[in-house]
Amino acid sequence: MQNLGIRAMFEGKNFQRLFQGLFVTVEIAFISIIIASILGIIIGLSRTTKLKPILIINRLYLEMFRIIPTLVWLFIFYFGVTTALNVDISGKLISIIVFSLWGAAEMGDIVRGALQSLPRHQIESGKALGLSYFELYMYVLVPQAIRRMLPGTINLATRMIKTTSLVVLIGVIDVVKVGQQIIESSRFKFPTASFWVYAFIFVLYFIICYPLSVLSKRLETKWNA
Amino acid sequence: MSIDWDFIINSLPLYEKAIWITLKLAFGGILISLIIGLLCSAILYFKIKGLDIIVKAYIELSRNTPLLVQIFFLYFGLPKLGLSMSANACAIIGLSFLGGGYMSEAFRSGIEAVRKSQIESGLSIALSKVQLARYVIIPQAFSVSLPSLGANCIFLLKETSVLGAISILDVMNVTKDLIGMYYKTFESLAMLVVVYLILLLPLSILLSWLERKVRYAEFGN
Repeated sequence: MQNLGIRAMFEGKNFQRLFQGLFVTVEIAFISIIIASILGIIIGLSRTTKLKPILIINRLYLEMFRIIPTLVWLFIFYFGVTTALNVDISGKLISIIVFSLWGAAEMGDIVRGALQSLPRHQIESGKALGLSYFELYMYVLVPQAIRRMLPGTINLATRMIKTTSLVVLIGVIDVVKVGQQIIESSRFKFPTASFWVYAFIFVLYFIICYPLSVLSKRLETKWNA
Repeated sequence: MSIDWDFIINSLPLYEKAIWITLKLAFGGILISLIIGLLCSAILYFKIKGLDIIVKAYIELSRNTPLLVQIFFLYFGLPKLGLSMSANACAIIGLSFLGGGYMSEAFRSGIEAVRKSQIESGLSIALSKVQLARYVIIPQAFSVSLPSLGANCIFLLKETSVLGAISILDVMNVTKDLIGMYYKTFESLAMLVVVYLILLLPLSILLSWLERKVRYAEFGN
C-alpha cells in the first residue's frame, strides 16, 4: 500500500500543479522581499537621524511586527482591514502587503545595525574630506554597510520564504493548498497520499531555503574575518 | 462602529482557556527543544563520530523548513504509515523539532565564542576537563548564548500561532471561530492582539534587559 501513495503526485497533472502552487509561494515571497528591501533601506536610513519622533515611530513599528506573530497580522489584514474599509482584497495581495510590511521592519533594523556598526572615524574622515551628506553615504557608508547587511538580508529572505507557508491559512492557493487538494482528490485511490505529498512539500521548502542559508553563513564568515 | 463590550466579556473565558493551551504547548516545546539543543551542541562540541553528521543534518532540516509543513506532515502524513498521534503531541513534537535546531545553534555559537586563550589558560593552570567546562567554558558560553536562547523562546511562543491549523483550540482558532460565528471581527481581532501583547511584551522587555546585563559578563570587551 505504501508505495502506491507516492503515485498520487504523478497522477494526471498533479506534479505540474504542485509546482504551480510553489510558484505562487515563491512569487509572494519574491515580491515581498523586493518591496521590503526598498522600504527597509528608507526606514534604516531614517533611523540614523537624531529626531526623536521619527525614532519613536520607527521603534514602535518594528516592535509591533516583532511581538505580534505574522499569522496574526495576516488575520488582521484579511479579516479586519477588509471589513473596516469594506473592500475585497485577495488573500494573495493581503499576504504580499503583510510580508512587505513585516520584512520592511526587519530590514530597517538590519540597515540601521549595519550603518551604526561602521566605525565613527569613517564618517569623520569623510566629513574632513569635505564630502556632502549624499557623497558621504554614497561613497563611504553604503558600500561598507552593504557587506554587513547582506548575510542578514539573505537570512531574512529565507525566513520570509518559510513564513509564506502560512498564506494557506488565509485561503491562498499555494503549494500546501494544492497538496491538500491532491490528497483530497486521491483519498480513495491512494490512501497514503498525504504522507508523500507533505514529505514532498517539506523537501521542496528545504531545497529552496538550504542554499540561501548556506550562502548567508558563508558570507558572514568571509566578511567578518 | 461601536465596540460590543458584552461580547468581549462573554468571550473572555474562551480566550483564557486558549491562552493556557498555548502556554502549555509552548512550555513543553521550549523545554524539550532546550534539551535537544544541549544534546546536539554537546555532540558537536565533542565531535562524536557518526552522530555529528546526523546532528548537522537535523539542524539544517529543522531550520530550513516551515513549522506549518512540519506539523502537517506529523498530523496528516504520519498516520498513513500507522503512526497516529494526538494534535497536542504533534504540536509539541513539531515545536521541539523546530526549536531544537535553533537552540543548538544558539548553544554552539556560545561555545565557539569562548576564546582559545581562555581554554589554554585554563589548561595551563592544570584545570581538569570537568573544571575547565564548569568554570571557564560554560559561564562564558552561557552568557553569550543567553540572548539568542531568549529570542528563540519568544520565537517558539510566536510560532504556536500556527498550531491552530491542526485543530488545536489556541487563540488563533478561537478568534477565527468567533469571527465566523458572530461576525464580531474587530472585537475578536483586538482580543487576539491583546492576548499576544500580554504574552510577549513582558518577555521581550525582559529579554532586552537581559541582553544589557549579559554584556557586562563578556570578557575583554
